[in-house]
Formats: sequence, C-alpha cells, structure tokens
Amino acid sequence: MSLRVTSAVGVRVLTQLRRDPRTVVLMLGVSPFLLTLLRGAFDQDPAAFQKVGGPLVGLFPFTTMFVVTSITMLRERTTGTLERLMTLPLAKLDLLFGYGIAFALVGILQAVIAAAVAFGPLGLDVAGSTALVVALAVGNALLGMSLGLFVSAFARTEFQAVQFMPAIVFPQLLLCGLFVARDQMIGVLQVLSDAMPLTYAFDALDRVTTEGSLGARGALDVAVVAASIVLLLGLGAVTLRRRTA
Amino acid sequence: MASVPAIAVEGLRVRRGGTEVLHSLSFSVERGSVTGLLGPSGCGKSTLMRSIVGVQIVESGRVEVLGEPAGSRSLRPRAGYLTQAPSVYGDLTVRENLHFFGRVLGVGRGRTDEVIETVALESHADRVVSNLSGGQRARVSLATAMLGEPEVLILDEPTVGLDPLLRRDLWATFSRLAAAGSTLLVSSHVMEEADHCDELLLMREGRLLATESPDGLRRRTGRQQLDEAFLALIEAEGEA
Repeated sequence: MSLRVTSAVGVRVLTQLRRDPRTVVLMLGVSPFLLTLLRGAFDQDPAAFQKVGGPLVGLFPFTTMFVVTSITMLRERTTGTLERLMTLPLAKLDLLFGYGIAFALVGILQAVIAAAVAFGPLGLDVAGSTALVVALAVGNALLGMSLGLFVSAFARTEFQAVQFMPAIVFPQLLLCGLFVARDQMIGVLQVLSDAMPLTYAFDALDRVTTEGSLGARGALDVAVVAASIVLLLGLGAVTLRRRTA
Repeated sequence: MASVPAIAVEGLRVRRGGTEVLHSLSFSVERGSVTGLLGPSGCGKSTLMRSIVGVQIVESGRVEVLGEPAGSRSLRPRAGYLTQAPSVYGDLTVRENLHFFGRVLGVGRGRTDEVIETVALESHADRVVSNLSGGQRARVSLATAMLGEPEVLILDEPTVGLDPLLRRDLWATFSRLAAAGSTLLVSSHVMEEADHCDELLLMREGRLLATESPDGLRRRTGRQQLDEAFLALIEAEGEA
C-alpha cells in the first residue's frame, strides 16, 4: 500500500464526480428534498416526524453511496480500467481505500447538508448531539460504499446494478426497525434483520434520537457496523481479480 | 542476464468458455526488438497478450517476462500494456487521465507532457476523453501504456483506425524505443504493418504458423508481398 497511490485514486474519483454536476446535485439535494416531503406529509403528526427524521438523516448516505459505488466500480470493470489498474503497481487496498476516502468526504458533505436542513428549517430535534448523527451518517456512507463495491462484482450491466438497490437495500430498510419495531415482526424476520448491517446502523441512530446517547448497546451497534465495513471491503478485495478468464 | 529473453513462452494453452483457444504456443522474444503479432481477428492474439501481461487465467504452460513469471508483482512497473479497447476514464480529460496513471506509476508531470506529445494530442490535452473520437481515445490509452517507460510494452492493435501519418510516426517511435533497449510486442491484423517489425509471430486459429523476420518470410515463401507470403504459409500448412 502507498499513500501516493491511495490519494491518487481518491483525487481521481472526486474529479470524476466533479465532472458530473448533475449527479453531485442529486447526491446532495435528494435527502433534504425527501426530508422536506416527509415533514409535510407528517404535518398532522409531528411526533412521527421527530421519531424517524433523525435516523433518516443518518441512513440516506448509505443508500446513495451504495448506488454510486456499485455503478462506478462496475464501470471500472466493464471499461477495462480495472484490468489496466491490476497490471500496474497498485495494491487492491490502495484502490479500496482511495474510494473510501473520496466517498467518505462526499458522505460528510451529504450528511452535513441533510442535517442542516432537517435540524434547521424543518425543526427536527434529537435527544442527543446532532454532530453524533452526522458522524454515524458518515459511517453509514462507508457501509453503503463497501456493500456497493462488493455487489458490483455480481452485476454484468448497469441495469442489473441498479436493481440491486431494491433487492439488497430495500429489505434492510424495511426490516431495520424504521417502519415497524423489530419485536413486532414475525420471528423469522427478526432473525433475518439480526443478520443485516443496516439494523445496527438504525439502532445506533435511534438511540441517539430518542435516548440522547449511544450507551453500551449503541457502542456495540457501531462496532458491528465497523466490522461489517471491514468484512465487506475484504470480500470486495477478493472480487478484484488480477487474472480473469 | 543478457541472455534471458524479454518474453519466453513454452507450451502455453488457454481455454476460454470451455474451448481451447491457444494450442500449446512456444516462442521467445529478444530484448530491444519490435515483434509483430499478426493474424486475423479472433485468432487468439489478444488472449496471448493477456497471458503475457498476466491477466489471463492459463490452462498450462510457462510464460515468463524478463525472466520472471508473467504477472509477478515485480513486473508491474516494468511492463506496459495497451488493451484492445481503450481503457481510460471517459469522464476525465486527457491530462487528468495521464496524471492519475502517472501518480500510480510514480512518474513526474513532465513525463505526462512527453507522452501526450508522442501521441500528438497536445491540442486536446484538456478535453474530456469521452468527447474525443475513437482514434483519439485509443491514443490516450497508448500514451498511458508508454507513461512509465516500461522495459516491455505489450500493445494490442495500437495503430488501428489511425491517420496514416500518425501511424508512420508511431512505428518510428516504436523503433526508437526498441533501439533504446525496450522490447515491444505489437499486434495487428493488417499485414502491411509487418514490415515495420524486426520479427514476426504469425498466428492463425490459436496456433503459431511462423516466427521469423519479414525478409526471412519472403525468402522462405518466395513471395514479395507479406500478405501473400502469409497465404502461402496457410496453404502449405493445409497440405502438410
């Protein structure tokens, strides 16, 4: 691994993003837009908005980074740039960390903007610190990135990669406890949601929103999310093959 | 060390999609030469080149570059590879692409300008690659392959679709690089390019028909035109 190569990858990914202003506007603008919609939809039930608003601020970066990373990585595979990189003096970790640094920076920006809108004009209030919500959001951006990186290996076309969003992200959103408390689900779904990293990401955000701090259980949540990121990056590295058929 | 060939291939077999596409190839390429890999499209040229770069899963056989197994970590800075389809980032400019690959290779910005000049893209250096023509994109890709001044350059159809003047200049560049000690393996399906090469590897249907110099080929077949000589070889093969 080399700092020079890792930062070269990070700078390159950010330059590519900058070349595509429409994507940047969508990445940064969609979460405040959806939060605003939600605020209006819950007009008669402000308590419900207060309950889901905090976790949503922290979960949006997960979905965005999942899509962006899986498509970007798929492009590297299909345009031959990945094959070229694999013939160069570049460690797989340089590539993964380069992506990680770039998307973490975007994740920070995204979370800060969503938080500024939600905690400002939309009047969202959480029991804990808003900075902690933003920090958890950045962690979730990295979780989305590492998951997107891994699943991109299983898509041959961008059509397939886009379909991974409903196939892999939606079940986690539905079962993480955001829509229905997990203890009210049928048993098999509770077990299933135990195995999903987003469940822990949500639980940590929910604790900060309602209880005001992470506590021991929340700290465990953060550890599970961090371990998932490392595991998924490792699996992602395995899918980066220097030799192919 | 001087006796170790730049590329040594022995008994190379490759299967793709269940069928064998390279049937026990053996040859070697001397250092400081331009070797042309010629044959019709689909004969296995790209697969052979991928095997030499070490990105192809091979069935059996030995492939060594500069005395080390193809694809070794230590070879990565020493061997440059041009894929057949341009493999550069379409959403970056020419210069940004080269700066990125340059930083990966650890070469300075001055070198970037040199290779941009070599492929005659100075006036397009700050254009986004996806807005360039196919031939221009191919040249960006070629510039990237030459960036690290590798000892061995594997170029898969570098001159296809290029302006004749530029094609001539590039072949002159290849000869100059070889004279300076680099080894180039250049594929083409156009026989008229064979005359630019010191040695030829003639391929057909996953086999090598001949490995010799253009003049040697002329003498052996008694044909002056190299494409006719190639035909004569194929016919001779059929009779044998």
